[in-house]
Amino acid sequence: MGSIWEYANPVKFSQTVSRFLAPVAMGATVCLVIGLVWGFFFTPDDFRQGATVKIIYLHVPAALMAINAWFMMLVTSLIWLVRRHHVSALAAKAAAPIGVTMTVIALITGAIWGQPMWGTWWAWDPRLTSFLILFLFYLGYIALWEAIDDPDTAADLTSVLCIVGSVFAVLSRYAVNFWNQGLHQGASVMRAGAITGTDTEEKVSNVFFYPLLVCIIGFVLLFVALVLLRTRTEIHKRRTRALLARERMA
Amino acid sequence: MVLRVKNLSVARGGVAVLEGVSFTLAPSDALVVKGPNGIGKTTLLRTVAGLQPAFKGTVEAPEDSLAYAAHSDGLKSMLSVAENLEFWAHVFGQKDITQAVDAFDLSDLRNRLAGSLSAGQKRRLGLARLLVTARPIWILDEPTVSLDTASVALFAQAVQRHLSSGGSALLATHIDLGLQANILDVGPFKAVAGATAISGYDEAFL
Amino acid sequence: MRALLKRDLILAFRAGGGFGLGIAFFLIVVVLVPFSVGPESGLLTKIAPGVLWLGALLACLLSLDRILALDWEDGTLDLMATAPLPLEAVVTVKALAHWMTTGVPLVVAAPLFGVLLNLPPQGFVWLVVSLALGTPALSVIGTFGAALTVGLKRGGLLLSLLILPLYVPTLIFGAELARRGAEGQAVSTPLLMLAGISFGVIALLPFASALVLRVNLR
Repeated sequence: MGSIWEYANPVKFSQTVSRFLAPVAMGATVCLVIGLVWGFFFTPDDFRQGATVKIIYLHVPAALMAINAWFMMLVTSLIWLVRRHHVSALAAKAAAPIGVTMTVIALITGAIWGQPMWGTWWAWDPRLTSFLILFLFYLGYIALWEAIDDPDTAADLTSVLCIVGSVFAVLSRYAVNFWNQGLHQGASVMRAGAITGTDTEEKVSNVFFYPLLVCIIGFVLLFVALVLLRTRTEIHKRRTRALLARERMA
Repeated sequence: MVLRVKNLSVARGGVAVLEGVSFTLAPSDALVVKGPNGIGKTTLLRTVAGLQPAFKGTVEAPEDSLAYAAHSDGLKSMLSVAENLEFWAHVFGQKDITQAVDAFDLSDLRNRLAGSLSAGQKRRLGLARLLVTARPIWILDEPTVSLDTASVALFAQAVQRHLSSGGSALLATHIDLGLQANILDVGPFKAVAGATAISGYDEAFL
Repeated sequence: MRALLKRDLILAFRAGGGFGLGIAFFLIVVVLVPFSVGPESGLLTKIAPGVLWLGALLACLLSLDRILALDWEDGTLDLMATAPLPLEAVVTVKALAHWMTTGVPLVVAAPLFGVLLNLPPQGFVWLVVSLALGTPALSVIGTFGAALTVGLKRGGLLLSLLILPLYVPTLIFGAELARRGAEGQAVSTPLLMLAGISFGVIALLPFASALVLRVNLR
């Protein structure tokens, strides 16, 4: 095996993807089926939240992947800007629609969960607000890719947007935290952090945690499979474009 | 102040249009680029001017020596002729615009808004912009479009003066300006189909 | 650089719209708010800082696509790229010109509009301070968006979509500063954060703007 940069070659990458796609997809399916069935049917209802807690098996993994997808886009954007590997830029492009889907899933499942728990579909809680902002970042990123014809220009511009956006996303997270405390001093009955995210693992007993872990692994594998598949599609699209261009020349 | 172009390939829209262009432009030289429409003269000039990256090959020129003029001249219709020229003179670190105004017979129009000029007058203003840059190497893309015979003569004089003062010029034009110019016919450099005809970014996908 | 700034200011004056448009839009927002939420003065006092900040932000957004689009169309940017002036300086001056023609009039007009929204007396100083500190950030971030979308035919809407999430931190801290000022609370945290954001983007973002502009020019 040579260096990892071998896979920056589109052809090599496509071949490798073809080999790994089926096992990864299989792994994702197995994990998701096991995790979701286990979580939905073989865990007790929470004594306080009842059966509503079970949406955690969709909500938490989706929310995690929404952030991780953006992080992956940031890394691949940097690689593109520094090393000019096309596969890297195309992987970032391929990840964005998956990331935005995960964000929407997290927002919708959060709303469905929030309704019985907090008595409202939506609250301007810092965590919820941050995800809404993340959703806007995804939309802008995808729209910019779609708006530009020249693929290299689009890759450059979206990469810079992704990097600048990341800085502002972190800034927004702090701003939103500050802003909500500023508005609702002390009156934070509906702290989402108590129910979702990191606090979960401490609060929720192992009965809930193990199926959740399986679901998270399933979502990670699903994300990897989708990114590989979509990146390969993007490579094929570019190859088609290149072949057509060559044909026009002849 | 020598411009050296070596084995240059230029691309438009991801497809190479010209390949293997080489020439040298020494002081007091003029070089006229000829070739049919669409062959890539504008692309070649833009690449030489540094406005787009070369697909292959190199362009060597001393720093800050090139002045480029094309179809759009960066003129503001809400500024007067003098203000437009003064602006570009300042950007290029120059002060005096009188010479440029006189060379293109613009003194009567000095205080007119650029927006109220005729197409030919605007073109003269755009060319006068070249003089205020004080750059030795001119790169001109179809400079005589919409100029009448008298204005073409003015332009030819301006280029002649520029050459005799040690400047040089690379022009794409169909009109004979009566200059002592070499001709570069880019026809033979037309890119041929093949793997190399696809520019950098799509080549990797073939 | 001074020549570019002077030219942009003259153009904004002569073309009209530069100074007037932002203010007019700001006025419209401020006047329409009482019609939509009702004339009750207590409510207006409460929402005044937020509404004023939102109005200023939208007025700023309105003129962003003009920062670079006109110079793109007539080839000025191409010629600038071959001029001795670095593009980092060009985008900084462009942002400065935008701030002087849009941001400064908004800052000046804001106290007047504050009267319309029943802003308490102690709030005026902090409203002006927050806008004076925040609007440069809006112009600089907006210039980045304009540089990203400069070559696109329907760039206006995309520009808004790209810029809005980037405006969130500035809006939050700016409006919070104005609100705390109006309610007589401690202002130092939002004041420092807003100043930090402004100086941070002024120092760093022009490099990103110049980078994307260079990409768009090639």
